[in-house]
Amino acid sequence: MEIQQLRAVASQVRRDIVRMVAGANSGHPGGSLGCADFLTVLYFEIMKHNPDHFSMDGKGEDLFFLSNGHISPVWYSVLARAGYFPIEELGTFRKINSRLQGHPSVDKKIPGVRMASGSLGQGLSNAIGAALTKKLNRDNALVYSLHGDGELQEGQIWEAAMYAAANKVDNLIATIDYNGRQIDGDVDDVLSLGDLKGKWQAFGWEVLEMDGHDYNSLIGTLNQAKQLTGKGKPIVIIMKTEMGQGVDYMVGSHKWHGVAPNAEQLQLALDQLEETLGDY
Amino acid sequence: MKQFEILGKKDTRSGFGEGLLEIGKKNPDVVALCADLTGSLKMDAFQKEFPDRFFQTGIAEANMIGMAAGMTIGGKIPYTGTFANFSTGRVYDQIRQSVAYSQKNVKICASHAGLTLGEDGATHQILEDVGMMRMLPHMTVIVPCDFNQTKQATMAIAEYNGPVYLRFGRPVVPVFIQPDAKFTIGKADVLIEGTDVTIIACGHLVWKSIEAARQLAEQGIHAEVINMHTIKPLDEKAILDSISKTKCVVTAEEHMLNGGLGDAVAQVLARHLPVPQEYIGVNDTFGESGTPDELMVKYGLDTPNIVEATKKVLTRIKP
Repeated sequence: MEIQQLRAVASQVRRDIVRMVAGANSGHPGGSLGCADFLTVLYFEIMKHNPDHFSMDGKGEDLFFLSNGHISPVWYSVLARAGYFPIEELGTFRKINSRLQGHPSVDKKIPGVRMASGSLGQGLSNAIGAALTKKLNRDNALVYSLHGDGELQEGQIWEAAMYAAANKVDNLIATIDYNGRQIDGDVDDVLSLGDLKGKWQAFGWEVLEMDGHDYNSLIGTLNQAKQLTGKGKPIVIIMKTEMGQGVDYMVGSHKWHGVAPNAEQLQLALDQLEETLGDY
Repeated sequence: MKQFEILGKKDTRSGFGEGLLEIGKKNPDVVALCADLTGSLKMDAFQKEFPDRFFQTGIAEANMIGMAAGMTIGGKIPYTGTFANFSTGRVYDQIRQSVAYSQKNVKICASHAGLTLGEDGATHQILEDVGMMRMLPHMTVIVPCDFNQTKQATMAIAEYNGPVYLRFGRPVVPVFIQPDAKFTIGKADVLIEGTDVTIIACGHLVWKSIEAARQLAEQGIHAEVINMHTIKPLDEKAILDSISKTKCVVTAEEHMLNGGLGDAVAQVLARHLPVPQEYIGVNDTFGESGTPDELMVKYGLDTPNIVEATKKVLTRIKP
């Protein structure tokens, strides 16, 4: 897909995000907006996947695990726009009897979701397990995962990081949403990650960096990561993003991590985001 | 009264080890993960036979459970192995979200459960695990009673698609279930038929209940003994069939009274057929160091305790 087309998808995804969160009067717009470009590129340009015939086992397909499940709005929007389920369903987000739970659920059988997430720190382990099964099945497709930077404070992430490097899980590309914000404030103030790149390198991972809002950087780096698979090392991409990207009054502030815009704020946001594919 | 012959003495964890190896040979999708307790869990035979299907995770149980959940995507059937304490309490949230809520076909195999872990003491003697696991939607909870049944259960759970918690132990105890007995998840075994009182037990307390029934028979009391190897889903019919006959029950388990088999049975009775019930179990206290036998005596989980509880429950039946 051309970069212009990808941008158009992401613009619609951002509209979906703010409308979903406003419609539910709850949810997490900040991180969702920040990852809209990445997930659009991943699902519309990078991954080999089959939206028309979702299967839990995903044999022969690339798999994606969202470890920071609270940014479910962006994932649901991208899945719907990619064709996993009807876009009208986005309007049910966080409402009673919906398949679109506040945090991703397998229980509700929403196509595209293979693992529940929300309680943080578990997705890297899940992705490693899926990657190991791909190896056992001689399935050459890849496994992708996304993690928040605040999420890296969870100890299980580092158990998983140690395991993947020691056991050469090299069909795995993890990405960190490095926006420097978490609920209580700046990551540096809450619990600094220190030398993040150095930590992953010390754990034995191949570390790449990219700009999560620059499409050339996103496409180039993800393709480079693909080239680096199969060489004995797991791959992590530290992706610099801005929380709330695309909505001027939300950009760069932790205050929009988990707060819904009111009607007036929603309109202000929608005025900045072009409707490209048609609202749900 | 049916007599049970002691076929030998073995630890239930060895039944797990043998069962894992055998199901590994039959089903190529079976894989195993262990958090640095391969010898203690008797998983070394599987590791040796299937090195490519064995995953040593190191002392990182949360990652082990998370990986096992991920491995089911693509059709593998992961068996995780560590002590019961580290299989449940330490990783409750990982089991809750990645296994139970996500409905993954993971078999959580837990050794060294309960007081009979012995000398290591209370840090390792988990007595709350059955309660935690049976509260989780989608989870099946199995506590087999001897070596043969643990082996049978280990193999049977591969045929069932869904999360399972399989609990067994360390001590060498009597083997009395026939090696070719059929094990069905969720179907209780009436080991001894009786008319005066029902004793419902699981795990190591099943043999002690058989011994208790023998002593009671000598005193003219005919106890029915049910081996409730599956705590969830609970065989309600077996319970109600027996209790509609005997009108009283003693439950026996190597677990806290809160949350265990006794609670599960009481819930069925309260809804359908309230009768007097006495409980054998640990009453809201941690364990301590000691030999398994000493601990079972000190904490009231021995054969004389079952005999005593049975006599007590009989006095509570209204004429």
